[in-house]
Amino acid sequence: MSAVAVSGKPGHRPSRAAVATTLTYVVLVALAIIYIFPFLINLATVAKTDADATANPLSLWPEPWSAAALRRLFLNSDFPTWFMNSLIITLAVTAGRVFFDSLAGYALARLPFRGRTVVYGALVAVMAVPSVVLLIPKFLVINQLGIFNSYAGLIIPLLADAAGVFIMKNFFESIPVSVEEAARIDGAGAFRVFWSVVLPMATPALVTIVILSFQGSWNELAHFIVAANDPSLTPLTKGVAQLASGALSAGSQYPVKLAAGALMTIPVAIVFFIFQKRLMNASGGAVKE
Amino acid sequence: MSTGTVTVTPEVSAPPRHHGGIRRRDAAAGWLFTAPVLVILGLFLAVPVVMALWVSVSDWSGRGSPFSSGVGFVGGANYQALVAGGLTTSDFGIALKNNLWYVLLVVPIQTALSLLLALLVNRQTIKGRGFFRTAFYFPSVTSSVAITVLWLFLFSTTGAINKLIAFFGAKGPNWFNEPAAVFHFGATSGPDWMMKGSALGMSWWDWLGGPSVAMCALMSMAIFTTSGTFMLIYLAALQNLSPEVFEAAEVDGASSWKAFWYVTLPQLRATTFTVVTLGMIGCWQVFDQIYTATQGGPAKTTLTPAYLSYSASFGQQKWGVGAAIAFVLFAIIIVFTLVPRWLLRERTPRAARARKAVA
Repeated sequence: MSAVAVSGKPGHRPSRAAVATTLTYVVLVALAIIYIFPFLINLATVAKTDADATANPLSLWPEPWSAAALRRLFLNSDFPTWFMNSLIITLAVTAGRVFFDSLAGYALARLPFRGRTVVYGALVAVMAVPSVVLLIPKFLVINQLGIFNSYAGLIIPLLADAAGVFIMKNFFESIPVSVEEAARIDGAGAFRVFWSVVLPMATPALVTIVILSFQGSWNELAHFIVAANDPSLTPLTKGVAQLASGALSAGSQYPVKLAAGALMTIPVAIVFFIFQKRLMNASGGAVKE
Repeated sequence: MSTGTVTVTPEVSAPPRHHGGIRRRDAAAGWLFTAPVLVILGLFLAVPVVMALWVSVSDWSGRGSPFSSGVGFVGGANYQALVAGGLTTSDFGIALKNNLWYVLLVVPIQTALSLLLALLVNRQTIKGRGFFRTAFYFPSVTSSVAITVLWLFLFSTTGAINKLIAFFGAKGPNWFNEPAAVFHFGATSGPDWMMKGSALGMSWWDWLGGPSVAMCALMSMAIFTTSGTFMLIYLAALQNLSPEVFEAAEVDGASSWKAFWYVTLPQLRATTFTVVTLGMIGCWQVFDQIYTATQGGPAKTTLTPAYLSYSASFGQQKWGVGAAIAFVLFAIIIVFTLVPRWLLRERTPRAARARKAVA
């Protein structure tokens, strides 16, 4: 395996390269175990009894296998409600972001209008404000607007997504303008051109927005804490966080908590493994294979 | 949605493109298209900031509207409460100290680790690079709540970490319930001069004690979940480096360590700047993990300004103080993002020398 690296030089180089490669593998495998093992423990603990989880925290084989944690979660807790709420919020936020981000991105990329640079500057400024700083302010506005404890309050504020607008703007700027011009000469209005000519070509960028929005709103916690306190409007992150902090149950009961954590990870994990190449490109700038 | 094969036949030559009518329609469409985003951003970002600014200089108690006539202007009193002494000051001091150590330890470790991961995964001779990349990145996509729940289990008294420690014959601590500061090494009080001097209601001894054992568990989680994202950023940068420079270094007989130190690292300066900046911004905003795992405990040793701002407002109904903390935190984040810019600024003489050494 090391032969590739050697460019026919004499002396000790082949063995040195081989040593380096072997060493790299050793380090990589060791690190991979550290990164993966916690998740395997998580999965195994889902099927353990409370006593087994306490006695054998490292074991990957439940002894005995037990469905008690899952049964409690589904039959004896609000977990199904949390899951439904997360699903509703995530789908609404993702659909809204895809539409609004691409609309605004298209306008910023293609439509010459007075004040475009101001709008662009405002978006950049908005991205600089850290989200935690906005926790109290957001609550104040949500309260003032009368949408505290409603799906509207949970969903609408999350539709603000300056980063997504930039992704779409950059994409639209990268496609040739001639396609749209032909349609416009035919007399199509700006929205027609956007909707039936430009948007179908933007599938790769739209997929990026879908992934980032899905992941972002599914994993969101802080906003849900300040936007509602009605238990029937609790999404997964908030519900599981309360479960973990013991607000809802007594004792450690790790299998139940870890089952909740594992189940809430499944949807993002599925999206991750389907789109992982694109996801990693979107997060890392331009990772080339 | 099909990827429509739009074939364009450029028959029309030199159309009257910027016709007045189209232009006017474009302007209207431009505003119409950006309106939803602008309204939402304005309503839930710009307006809130202005409202919070008012609350931070008011005595609003959380009941009714902060703009109702019963709410009074108190000037800088809420900001003063953060430094004037008393419980608010000491809480703020503890939160600052906790987060400062968090930043100081997490940012360098996560930056170095993500660079190491990127360098390893980037080696062309390694098979299964995709697998390793996925393994390192996966923690970054999972919810911070799910990871926190897992960490609570791993670091519990009878958890996996203590089981591992027991293999080596030692006894692990009760991680998330252990408030002892790690740099105190078990001592309960320090030298006299450190006990006497104080800032923000805390003695120097406490300031210099470092993070608590509980905070260390949270720090390890932060490193675990962020290193994958930063690895990708480094990876993108590594793949954009020109191979000629490395070939030149190899011809010169530079050892791989020297090549890394004098060739790779200087070229990654801009990327390192990005990673350190993003790391700082993230570290000063720790909230989810604290909310889920410790709520600031044990003995306030995992309290952070972000969580304190939340608990002061929503818990103790001290909205003015909570909003003031949020703005101070904003200022801190701005200052800390400027620090790496200053530290990693292009120092011309040295950079020139490095380039000469390569050429």
